[in-house]
Amino acid sequence: MFTRNCLVVNHLGRVCLALLVTFVVNQAHAGNNQDNLGVHLKPALGQTPNLHIDNIVSPDGLALPDGSGSAAEGKTLYISACASCHGMSGMQPGNEVAGGKGSIGTDSPFKTVGSYWPYATTLYDYIARAMPYDKQKSLTVDETYAITAYVLELNQIIKKDDVMDKHTLPKVVMPNADGFNELN
Amino acid sequence: MTEQVAGNGLLNRRGLLKATGTGLAGGVLIPVMAPVSAAEDWMTTSGAPMDEYGAPSKHARLKRVNIGAHPYGSGAGSSSTPLEKLNGTITPNSLHFERHHSGIPDIDPARHTLTIYGETNKKLQFSYEDLLAYPMETHTYFLECSGNSYSNVIFPEAADKTVGELNGLVSCSEWTGVPLHYLLDEAGLNSNANWIVGEGADAAGLTRSIPMKIATKNVMIALFQNGEPLRPAQGYPMRLFVPGSEGNISVKWLQNIKVQKTAAYTKDETSKYSDLHVDGKADMFSLEMGVKSLITSPSGKMKLNRKGVYEVSGLAWSGAGGINQVEVSADGGNSWATAALQSEHRNLSLMRFRIPWRWEGQPAVLQSRATDDKGNVQPTRAAALAKYSKSNIYHYNGTQSWQVTQAGVVKNVYA
Repeated sequence: MFTRNCLVVNHLGRVCLALLVTFVVNQAHAGNNQDNLGVHLKPALGQTPNLHIDNIVSPDGLALPDGSGSAAEGKTLYISACASCHGMSGMQPGNEVAGGKGSIGTDSPFKTVGSYWPYATTLYDYIARAMPYDKQKSLTVDETYAITAYVLELNQIIKKDDVMDKHTLPKVVMPNADGFNELN
Repeated sequence: MTEQVAGNGLLNRRGLLKATGTGLAGGVLIPVMAPVSAAEDWMTTSGAPMDEYGAPSKHARLKRVNIGAHPYGSGAGSSSTPLEKLNGTITPNSLHFERHHSGIPDIDPARHTLTIYGETNKKLQFSYEDLLAYPMETHTYFLECSGNSYSNVIFPEAADKTVGELNGLVSCSEWTGVPLHYLLDEAGLNSNANWIVGEGADAAGLTRSIPMKIATKNVMIALFQNGEPLRPAQGYPMRLFVPGSEGNISVKWLQNIKVQKTAAYTKDETSKYSDLHVDGKADMFSLEMGVKSLITSPSGKMKLNRKGVYEVSGLAWSGAGGINQVEVSADGGNSWATAALQSEHRNLSLMRFRIPWRWEGQPAVLQSRATDDKGNVQPTRAAALAKYSKSNIYHYNGTQSWQVTQAGVVKNVYA
């Protein structure tokens, strides 16, 4: 449109210049107000999903599923599904999940679930979504609670027969719960 | 005569082209009537036909470096950008650094959705096609892994490696996508909507929490990188992109955004990407990447094969905003000269800097020091290390030093 107008009025250089100025000003205005595009072009295509499961577990435990498991039940599962990478006692170098108690403030901090992680719910969330490596999301809810419990027991945080479920797991107090600065 | 602007040979930028008499000129004067040469095969036979998706010259030998693999699975690990092979500021998509926690998924966009739920008025699901219909924005942004340059943190002796091997977990692209706040507005945020939690669709289901004040600022659902749909390694079909923040938070293969009152305290934001101090306390959600710069030429494992004037060139960036100044030293930080800044993309992007330097065979230690537009100055290595526990590898932004020996060998050193 701009180009055609410009050609038509080519002999009137002043008109062409005025159109150019208007065009540039409008462009600059649009560039400074990119949000306006969103206001005017609101597709609103989001749909209510038919089936959607909340898999993100936070310390409040509200997204934890029904089910349960104890360390005693988790031991066999851990040995078959986890020990090859994490070690029988959870202390395989590079993949430690146990040990390091009291080491975090020293010259040689040794970060494990027991020595470093602030919340027990994170353990359930992570095992459920990302473990075992190469068979992710293959564990049942009860198996996930049981392995969670066994890793906590390896770190002497809970007892062998303590049952972990959506009510008990969020109540577990981790040794390094106060070890973090939130936002800086 | 060129003007020296700092110790050990750093020259005024304007002097570079005049410095030919001191050795910069490698060109040879060609007689005007030179005969047409037919000495090479490519001059006498027609070349290759067109192809569907191009590749770089095999002579350029471009490849990612440090392709590391987790001992328990080849998909987990990282690869780095060969910074020493590149110039300008944009990283080619094939050379963008990678960090995967359970490999690269092969996602069919027709079977992938993004769901926004939690502390919202509505739970909304979007297809890839849906997102393509939304207004998009295009910005040039750097992306840096929080663990970049870890070799210079953990090794007691400076590792003899290239700049890409040492510092190549940083890249820069033109990203195009849908501003996240359009989708959050459509879902409607409740009064408790303080955080978003992004979750990937990869086997690791990587999950990170982002404070709402960052999420509604300049975060986008990125769909295109340097003009083409995201590569699988960068999150195809969609990823979060959080400019200026540690790379891990720009969740790839994004499938869920849960809006919450609190953070989720996932494994990657508690046990991994938290920064331990000497007192035993660790920072969580320390997302912003610090002001940083690197000389990419001359750099580690290069050799100066002639005496004369060289262009010292490198990259600078800051997660706080733009780069205001880069200074370069050729004498290990005793004296500094201001480099020329060459990039039209200034905010949260890589900035290319350049300065001429005369080398006549003298020993030298080359360093760069960036200052961002918030006044943050890149720290020395010692100052950067002093901030954290010895075990912490995250958010290291100390000075990179290159020693140049009398033989012209360039080597990583701690200085």
